Amino acid sequence: MITIKNLYKSWGDFSLKNINLEVKGKEYFIVLGPTGAGKTLLLETIAGFHIPDKGEIWINGEDMTYIPPEKRRIGFVYQDYLLFPHLTVRENVKFGLKSRESQGRVKEVMKQLGISHLADRYPETLSGGEQQKVALARALATEPSILLLDEPLAAIDQRTREYLREELKRVHREAGITTIHVTHDRTEAVVLADRIGVMMNGEIKQIGMVPNVFNKPLNEEIAGFVGVENILKGEILENKNGVALIDTGKLKIYAVTNHERGEAALLIRPEDIFFSKNLLRSSARNNIKGRIVEITYLGTIFRVKMDNGLVAFITKRSLEELKLEIGEAVYASFKATAVHVLKS
Amino acid sequence: MVKTGKVRKEGLLFTFFFLGVFLLLFVCITLGNMFYEQTKDFSGLVSAIKDPVVLSSIWISISATTASTFIAFLFGVPLAYFLARKNFLGKSFVEGVLDVPLMIPHIVAGIALYGVFMRSGLIGEPFKKVGIVFQDAFPGVVVAMLFMSFPYLVDSAKEGFKTVDPRLENVARSLGVSQWEAFTKVTFPLAFPSIFNGVLLCWARGISEFSAVLILAYFPKSAPILIYEKFTSFGLAVSRPISVLLILICLLIFAFLRTSKWREK
Repeated sequence: MITIKNLYKSWGDFSLKNINLEVKGKEYFIVLGPTGAGKTLLLETIAGFHIPDKGEIWINGEDMTYIPPEKRRIGFVYQDYLLFPHLTVRENVKFGLKSRESQGRVKEVMKQLGISHLADRYPETLSGGEQQKVALARALATEPSILLLDEPLAAIDQRTREYLREELKRVHREAGITTIHVTHDRTEAVVLADRIGVMMNGEIKQIGMVPNVFNKPLNEEIAGFVGVENILKGEILENKNGVALIDTGKLKIYAVTNHERGEAALLIRPEDIFFSKNLLRSSARNNIKGRIVEITYLGTIFRVKMDNGLVAFITKRSLEELKLEIGEAVYASFKATAVHVLKS
Repeated sequence: MVKTGKVRKEGLLFTFFFLGVFLLLFVCITLGNMFYEQTKDFSGLVSAIKDPVVLSSIWISISATTASTFIAFLFGVPLAYFLARKNFLGKSFVEGVLDVPLMIPHIVAGIALYGVFMRSGLIGEPFKKVGIVFQDAFPGVVVAMLFMSFPYLVDSAKEGFKTVDPRLENVARSLGVSQWEAFTKVTFPLAFPSIFNGVLLCWARGISEFSAVLILAYFPKSAPILIYEKFTSFGLAVSRPISVLLILICLLIFAFLRTSKWREK
């Protein structure tokens, strides 16, 4: 368990402001934030590489705020691996172990991560993915009580990254070790996290389960970062039994909310919108006609933009089935529950 | 087409190579000529090898520069690490001061050292009370060499430490080793090639020191001083064999160190 209380730290261009965080035992917690948010500084401060300006850090019920890193029983993995270049893979993994116990443990961890065949190689001869597995093995070898991962998959090519992501998941499941993983990658958060904290400008802005944070961000800044592509301004005209009618100027949108009349921001995730050529009967309360102005292929899905500003994600199959093309008129439909309303 | 392109591309390298050869020849011709001339007078070399005065002067040079390099290492490596890791107000001033011995004429350094380390000098006097004399004594040779040569070691070690990512030390400590162990197991070995180069430079610079040693400690006669004395009294024929012998010994030591296991990785 990790508890952070009122933590402040300034270092170089980065700063942490009033961080309060509680990560439960065996939890996989992801700190999600853009570059420059101070994620690495937070992780390094938890590790003890920096002494906080203010605040406390507790690990498993012990006040660790001023304890040096070597006494914190942590495992730390950096984005760029930072293997000891003058040592072989085996020596790297063995680094934190006392010689007597090491032999068996080193073998076990290397086997667990599938790097046994690399034991006598030097880091410079390994691929990025292999290096990161070694770094992970080295961190796990000492059986730390918490694992701190600083963008561990960011420097690795796409295919290996997907594989390593699963490896992280498996290792966490097997070792059951409390983990904080910082990243800017939403997919990692979705795949790995038990809970996430969104970090921006040195502050943790929102903490919660992934669906909760992704669908109900606390403000527009967070919304933008967690991938809500439709952020509309409007006015709540009326609210009948929890269903509000909102006028954005161009569009009239129904949303499930408790907010009453007044200015509001509407958040709609692009994957919650679907298209049809002829208006279909569905449970969607909102059916908005518009023309397609832009279609962008994102590798696995298409991003479709309409003349009224709405943005939606659509699979290749749906795109082909509907024969969607730029300039075509379509209905964009979404449920009233898919609209998250923020009262300004 | 491809071929001309390649020749053109390498043209610059060829030009630079031939320009560089100038300096290479400068060294080879100068030293080669000395060795060649000496081969005509082999008996002169043999008698130099047999001369106890010559041998003891070379021994003094080697042992003094080894001692001064050791001192430079002991104090210079920590200093280099500190300078590589910490930024502070006036750091470039401190670095400038440490490089002053490289800038000033050696004879001037000798005069300054003499003023401080002579029997009645600022440092010479208190040391004399505990029985250590610098003026015209072995410790004086060491001190003069140290002053002139330690900046090479410090600068080289500093560059070496700078190439070691401090986050490697973070990782090491996260694995449970102390700051000191992180230094000895990670940072020092990784910076070692640069430190070792610094040690070699420092050693070589020490053994070649003449002017500063001349002023502070003419006695016991170290090799360069003996060579100078022989040259002014008896000319080339007598001074050259000693020079050749000194160079041969130095080159042997260098060759041994450079190819030794330490530099393998």
